[in-house]
Amino acid sequence: MTTTTTTPTTEAATEALPQRTILQLVGRFVRPAIGLTILFTILLGIFYPLAITGLAQAFFPSQANGSLVYKNGQPIASAIIGQDWTQPQYFHGRPSATTYAADSSGGSNLGPTNSALLTEVQKNTDLVRKENPDVPDTTPIPVDMVTSSASGIDPDISVAAAYYQIARVAKARSLTQDQVRALIDSHIQGRFLGIFGEPRLNVLALNQALDKAQGK
Amino acid sequence: MTFTFNGLAQIAVYFGLIVLLTKPVGLYLNAVFEKKNTWFERVLHPVERGFYWVSGVKEDEQQDWKAYTVAMLIFSVAGLLLLYAIERMQGVLPANPQNFAGLDPALAWNTAVSFTTNTNWQNYGGETTMSYLTQMLGLAFHNFTSAAVGIVLAVAVIRGFVRRSGKSLGNFWVDLTRCILYILLPICVVYALFLVWQGVPQTFNGYTPVTSLEGFKQTLALGPVASQEAIKMLGTNGGGFFNANSAHPFENPTPFTNLIEMLSIFTFGAGLLYFFGKVAGNLKIGWSLFGAVSFLFLAGAVITLGAEQQGNPLLATVHATNAPLVQIDQGYHEYALAQPGGNMEGKETRFGIASSTLFATITTDASCGAINSWHDSFTPIGGMIPMLNIALGEIVFGGVGSGHYGLLMFAILSVFIAGLMVGRTPEYLGKKIEQQEVKMASIALLILPLSILCFSAFAVVYSHGVSQIANPGPHGLSEILYLYTSSTGNNGSAFGGIAANTPFYNWTGAFAMLVGRFGFVIPIMALGGALAGKRIAPVGPGTLPTSGGLFAALVVGVILIVGALTFFPAYALGPIVEHLLMLSGKSF
Repeated sequence: MTTTTTTPTTEAATEALPQRTILQLVGRFVRPAIGLTILFTILLGIFYPLAITGLAQAFFPSQANGSLVYKNGQPIASAIIGQDWTQPQYFHGRPSATTYAADSSGGSNLGPTNSALLTEVQKNTDLVRKENPDVPDTTPIPVDMVTSSASGIDPDISVAAAYYQIARVAKARSLTQDQVRALIDSHIQGRFLGIFGEPRLNVLALNQALDKAQGK
Repeated sequence: MTFTFNGLAQIAVYFGLIVLLTKPVGLYLNAVFEKKNTWFERVLHPVERGFYWVSGVKEDEQQDWKAYTVAMLIFSVAGLLLLYAIERMQGVLPANPQNFAGLDPALAWNTAVSFTTNTNWQNYGGETTMSYLTQMLGLAFHNFTSAAVGIVLAVAVIRGFVRRSGKSLGNFWVDLTRCILYILLPICVVYALFLVWQGVPQTFNGYTPVTSLEGFKQTLALGPVASQEAIKMLGTNGGGFFNANSAHPFENPTPFTNLIEMLSIFTFGAGLLYFFGKVAGNLKIGWSLFGAVSFLFLAGAVITLGAEQQGNPLLATVHATNAPLVQIDQGYHEYALAQPGGNMEGKETRFGIASSTLFATITTDASCGAINSWHDSFTPIGGMIPMLNIALGEIVFGGVGSGHYGLLMFAILSVFIAGLMVGRTPEYLGKKIEQQEVKMASIALLILPLSILCFSAFAVVYSHGVSQIANPGPHGLSEILYLYTSSTGNNGSAFGGIAANTPFYNWTGAFAMLVGRFGFVIPIMALGGALAGKRIAPVGPGTLPTSGGLFAALVVGVILIVGALTFFPAYALGPIVEHLLMLSGKSF
C-alpha cells in the first residue's frame, strides 16, 4: 500500500511526496499497532480465558465454581471464604471490616497510630471477653482475634484463637474440653513444606466437624 | 525489631529458589529474543507468522531507538483508547451478569492509563465495578501487553549496551509478539490451571448466594479469576480481580499459591539480569548487578519482617485497664506455633506476618503492586520500606523490564561518579560514557522524584487532597506520598485508606503514571540508542572493573545515596516521625 504510483509531472511529484511519507509511516507504525491490538485482544481476551475455563471446568469443576459446600442440597458456603459466626456452639472467625461481605472484599486500612484502630481493637477485645466468660481475664487474647483481616473474609483462625474458644464451645455443646481440643488438633493445617504460611484452622471445616461429631 | 526463625527461613528459602530459577529463565529469554528455537516454535510459529501477515509487520526490518520507541508509543495509545472505550460502554456490552454500569470518565481514564502503563493502580473495587468482559477483554489484555512492552524495552536497551556496531535495537513488533506467544502465554496456561487446582475460581456464572449453618446470608463474587490472576502476577501487573487483591482467598487461597505468586514476581527480573550478562559476553556483569539488588532485597525484607513482627505497642498500652489483652511479643518458641503475633491488622491468618511482609517487600521491589496485606495498616517503618522500594525505581530484580532498565541507568551513573572520583573516562561494557549518556540518565533519574514530590506537595496544600485522607496525623502524609510514589513508579499498590476515586486524584494520578512510564523510558531508550552506535574499546589498565563485589557495592551506594538524599526529608515528616510518636504512645 505504500507503493502509490506517481505521475511524471513535477507538479504531481511534489504533492505526492508528503502523502507517500505519511502512508509509509502508517504502514510501519499504525497498521501493526492496530492489527496486533485486535489480534491480541481476540487471543488473550477471548480465547485464553475461554480455554482456561473449559479446562478448569473439565478437570477441577468444584474449585472452578468457588469450592461450594452443600448441605441438604443447598449451598451453605464456599470452603475457602470466611463467614460471620456468632452462636456460642460454633467457633468464631476474625473481625471483618466488611462484616464478611463476599461480594465487596477489603480491610479496615486503619493506620497504626489512628485512634479509630485502638477503639476498634478495644471493641473487639470487649466482645471476645464477653463471649468467652470462662476464660480468665489474665489470659492473653491472640492478636488475630481482635484485628481485622485483609480480605474481610478470612476463612481461618490461628491455633491459639481456636484454643481460646474451647471452653465456650464445649459448654454450649455439652462436650468435654478435651474432646473439643482433640477435634481442633486433628484439623490444624500446617505450613506449606513446613516453611511457608502459618499453621491455622479453617473455621467452617471445624464447625462442620463439630456438628458431625454430634450427629447433626 | 522482633524476628522469628521461621520468618527468616521464609526469606532465605525464597531467595534460594530465585537464585535457582535465574539461569534457566535467562537462557530461555535469550532463546526467544535471539530467535533461537524454543519448545513452542513448532506449534506457535504459524500463529506468529499469521500475526505478522495480518498486521503488515516486516519481520526482518530493524528499528533504531526512535522507531522502536515510536512503535511502542503508538501501540500503547491504541490499547489505551480501546480499554477506555470498553470501560465506558461495559453497561451495554455482554458478559456482565451483575449489570454494572459504564465507568465515569475520570475513573475510566485513570484505570485505562493505569493498566496500559503496567501500574494497575485501582481506584475501584473489582468485584463491585468491572464486568467479566471488561476484566478479561480490557484488563487482562493489558496485563499481557504492558508486561511484554516492559520486557522488550529492557531487551532493546540491553541490545544498545552490548551491540558492537550499527544503530538497530531490534524490531518492536517482532519482540512484542514473540514475548507474548513464547513466554507469557504458555506459562500462564499452566499457571492458571495450577491456581484453579488450589481453589481459584474460573467460571462465567454470576455471583452465587449462600446461607450459612447459622443462617448468615452471603453472596460469593466469582468470575474468570484464575486466567487473570496468572498474568497479573507473572506480568508484575498487580491489578486484582477483587478489591482485596491477593489477600482474597479466591485470588490467593493457600501458602502454596502465595509462594508461587511471589516467585512469579521476581522470575523475569532475575532472568533478565542473567540474559544481560549472557548477551554482553560476560556473565559476571549480570551476576554483579544480581548481587547488588540481592543486598537491597534482603535488607528490605528483614527490616519489614522485624517491624511487623514487633507489632504495634499502642494496642498493649491503650487497654491498660484490662491488660494483658493482646499478646504482642511472645518470642518464637512454642507460642508462635499457636499464633503469628505481631501486627495482624490487615493481614490474613494463612500468611501471618512473615508471608505477608515478604510479599509486600517483593511486590514493591519489582513493579508489581499486588498485595496480600494492607500496607496502610503496617507499622510506620514496615510501611516505609515498601514505599522506599518503589521510590528507588523498583530496580530490585524489577519485575518485567522497567526495573531492569532503571538498574542499568544506575550502573551508568555509578561508573560516571566513580570515573569522576578517580579522574578516568568512564566506560561500561567497553563503551565510553559521555555527555549524551549522562544527560539522558540524569533526566530519567530526576523525573521520578520530580513527579512524586511535586504532586504530593500540591496535594497536601490543596484542601480536597487532604480531605480524602483516611488516617490522621503523619500517616496521612504517608498515604499521599505513597499514592504518587506508586503511580509514578507504575507499581499500583496503595496505602488503601485514602479515598482516591475523585476527579483530582484520578487525573493527577493518571498523569503521574504516564510520566513515570514514558517520561522515564524515552530518555533511557535514547541512552540505549546513543550507546548502540559506539565501538567497544579494549580493556586497558585504566578501566574500572564493572563486575565483582566492588562495583556491586558502588551501585548499591549510589542507589541508596540518591534515594536517601531525595526522599529523606519527606519521609522524616511521614513514617519516621510517626514511628517515633508511636513509640512514645501517641495516637491521632
